[in-house]
Amino acid sequence: MSEILKIKKGLNIRLKGSADKILIPEIPVTRYGVRPVDFPGLVPKLAVRPADIVKAGSVLFTDKNLPEIRFTSPVSGTVVDIVRGDRRRLLEVVIEVSGNDYTDFGKGDPAVLTPDQIKAKLLESGLWPVIRQRPYNIVAKPSQEPKSVFISGLDTAPLAPDYDFVMHNSDMGELGTGIKALGKLTRGKVHLVLDGSNVTGSVMKNVAGAEKHYIKGPHPAGNPGIQIHHIDPVNKGEVVWYVNLQDVLAIGRLFNEGVYRHDRIIALAGSEVTKPAYHRIRSGASVTGILRGSLRDGEVRCISGNVLTGTAISAEGFLGYYDNMVTAIPEGKHHEFFGWITPGFGKFSFSRSFGSALLPGKEFVVDTNLHGGERAFVMTGVYEKVLPMDIYPMQLLKAILVEDIDMMERLGIYEVAEEDFALCEYVCPSKIEIQAIIRKGLDQMVREMS
Amino acid sequence: MKFLRKQLDRLKPHFSKGGRLSSLHSVFEGFETFMFVPDRVTSKGSHIRDYIDLKRSMFVVIIALIPALLFGCYNIGLQHLRAYGPVVSGLDNSVLDLFWFGFLKVLPLIVVSYGVGLGIEFFTAQLRGHEINEGFLVSGMLIPLIIPVDTPLWMLAIATAFAVIIGKEVFGGTGMNILNPALTARAFLFFSYPAWMSGDKVWVEGLMSNPDVIDGFSGATPLAVAAANETSGLPSVMEMFIGTIPGSVGETSTLAILIGALILILTGIGSWKIMLSVTLGGLGMGYLMNIFGVNPYMEIPAYYHLIMGGFAFGAVFMATDPVTATQTEKGKWLYGFLIGVLTVLIRVLNPAYPEGMMLAILLMNVFAPLIDHYVIEGNVKRRLKRAALNKA
Repeated sequence: MSEILKIKKGLNIRLKGSADKILIPEIPVTRYGVRPVDFPGLVPKLAVRPADIVKAGSVLFTDKNLPEIRFTSPVSGTVVDIVRGDRRRLLEVVIEVSGNDYTDFGKGDPAVLTPDQIKAKLLESGLWPVIRQRPYNIVAKPSQEPKSVFISGLDTAPLAPDYDFVMHNSDMGELGTGIKALGKLTRGKVHLVLDGSNVTGSVMKNVAGAEKHYIKGPHPAGNPGIQIHHIDPVNKGEVVWYVNLQDVLAIGRLFNEGVYRHDRIIALAGSEVTKPAYHRIRSGASVTGILRGSLRDGEVRCISGNVLTGTAISAEGFLGYYDNMVTAIPEGKHHEFFGWITPGFGKFSFSRSFGSALLPGKEFVVDTNLHGGERAFVMTGVYEKVLPMDIYPMQLLKAILVEDIDMMERLGIYEVAEEDFALCEYVCPSKIEIQAIIRKGLDQMVREMS
Repeated sequence: MKFLRKQLDRLKPHFSKGGRLSSLHSVFEGFETFMFVPDRVTSKGSHIRDYIDLKRSMFVVIIALIPALLFGCYNIGLQHLRAYGPVVSGLDNSVLDLFWFGFLKVLPLIVVSYGVGLGIEFFTAQLRGHEINEGFLVSGMLIPLIIPVDTPLWMLAIATAFAVIIGKEVFGGTGMNILNPALTARAFLFFSYPAWMSGDKVWVEGLMSNPDVIDGFSGATPLAVAAANETSGLPSVMEMFIGTIPGSVGETSTLAILIGALILILTGIGSWKIMLSVTLGGLGMGYLMNIFGVNPYMEIPAYYHLIMGGFAFGAVFMATDPVTATQTEKGKWLYGFLIGVLTVLIRVLNPAYPEGMMLAILLMNVFAPLIDHYVIEGNVKRRLKRAALNKA
């Protein structure tokens, strides 16, 4: 498979502050938080109380509807806080680190284990939720068998980490074991999609056990949703699973060493970070340590994840379960005098109506201002330019808004996720909250189809 | 700026919910956001948003309209001078003089169009509790450019009100309308006051009230000349392209419109697909007419249609209205092509309407959802076929 899949539609938002290729020595973390809100649609059932002592791998909460899916503690320590939001919605389970105690889940060679044994180990350790599924973009159902499994070997989101650099600093053996384990869970293929702009130099070009594909183009080419759409699209009644690259390593670790150690290398990036670089950190870790002394003055928004799909967190917040970066950009809470009329040489825009269109290659500081007010759908043909899928975005969105399930199905709701529409939301001149609409549609489909 | 901001912040509470002037909330907000981009930040979804908003998009269209507007003003002066000569008109041949004469005629049209239209927009926005939508910023400029300069202001006011209320607001406001509002206004005038919208007298300032023109001057538009099958009397190609011919205020200069088209295409605000397909449709139908040519009008070179009447203006500024055009990219090809075809068809074969652009666009506005429907059905079928293949 040396043919390169070329994606033409999309947009690379050129932001200032990409991470230098330096791996900072690990900074000790004292607090961890696991957030049920990281998992769309999850109804959590709490299994711990404040002051409980937990080990790395102990259950914190489970899925109320599928109790075999467990969410476990990333470290050993004490449950110090259980944060709830409106209507007692569970937001965070906070753990103060002490000791280095962990649950031993036992080593195992995926090649000799049965699929059920592999599933059981993943479920028990709390690593199962790294496997997500299309349709619906939710944690995979253990009872199902996917027609294939996707691993995206590149991240094209703004300021995203370079996976080649990440893998240079990781244990390739874990990747092999992880792929082997995933391969046991499907009779179909495991697809590993690699960066088509660096075919010969990729550290992953010799990985065994997966069918390799190469993809090239602007964001969202790195999104698994786009890759699935072009390589093995999801039709009604079919299920495809996908796993983040570094989570495959964690799966490999589980089988090689018998431990739940959900570590990864993340990029700390953004215009408000003084020394953007790479850090090795565990899922759920407080970002206080890596942000200490490295944020610029002024009001800053810290984001776990990228600027398009991440979650806003405080400077003491926790790294999300799936996130591979922390971004800091300026807040934009200010009025701009006749801002919409300025030539805009410093204003990055997908449209070519700003002076910035004359500055190719320049990187921009972008704040969190909405840059306008919310309006009805007016402009057309804009979303299509940043969505490399054979799907009509505006029509799908309207079908979701009027809750026409039949139409959603016909227009391709099974293939999409919020993140695939993040760029549509970014470019939307009417400032419509498109990702929320897509999630609403997906949630409704989950309810209707179950 | 700081002072202004302070004043606005001081006034704001009065207009907010519960304030003394809360009934004018939308109006206040309209003015506030006009002067200052709001300080609202992202709360859900993407943390950063493109700098573009509807104000900017509409503003680009207005910029693109300026060449046609400026030329239109000049041309009004020029036509007036040609009709009455330097003595009666009191104009000499200086560009500035002619422009100024025209500008003073056009300004009231613009003021009335914006005044009536925005007034209604403000009112309905307040009624609905919405922010004021920028859609009318463009419509309000388009309307004066597509009517004859002598249109009485009260007619314009009624037509604008009709277009905004019946053409747009009853459907739910900007983004929901089926018909292009500016063309709705023109169609209203066309069918309600035909004497003021067609014939040889209405296109040149003053002709309706004072028919005492220089010998040999005719205020007929090239379309009317051609429709009478007197094609030998048509102005030169250069004149029609530059636009020194009688016609609606902003439609005569293909050159000025092309500058606007360039702005729209370069910024990506206007759809080049529609502009191109309208042109292709018009040319194609023009050639077809040539093949069957049984009268002089059918035999004029096909490209004449592009530079006569409102073809160019309609293709660039009217057919491209994103709300009333087809919403699918594939549909835009067919939509535009049919507009071009229908325009020439109406012009040449229908004796009642010398200009076909307005009716062609309005008709295709109505058919746009149908075209979209079939394009989307195609997409749905592709998906179903893929699923069936997978099962086999």
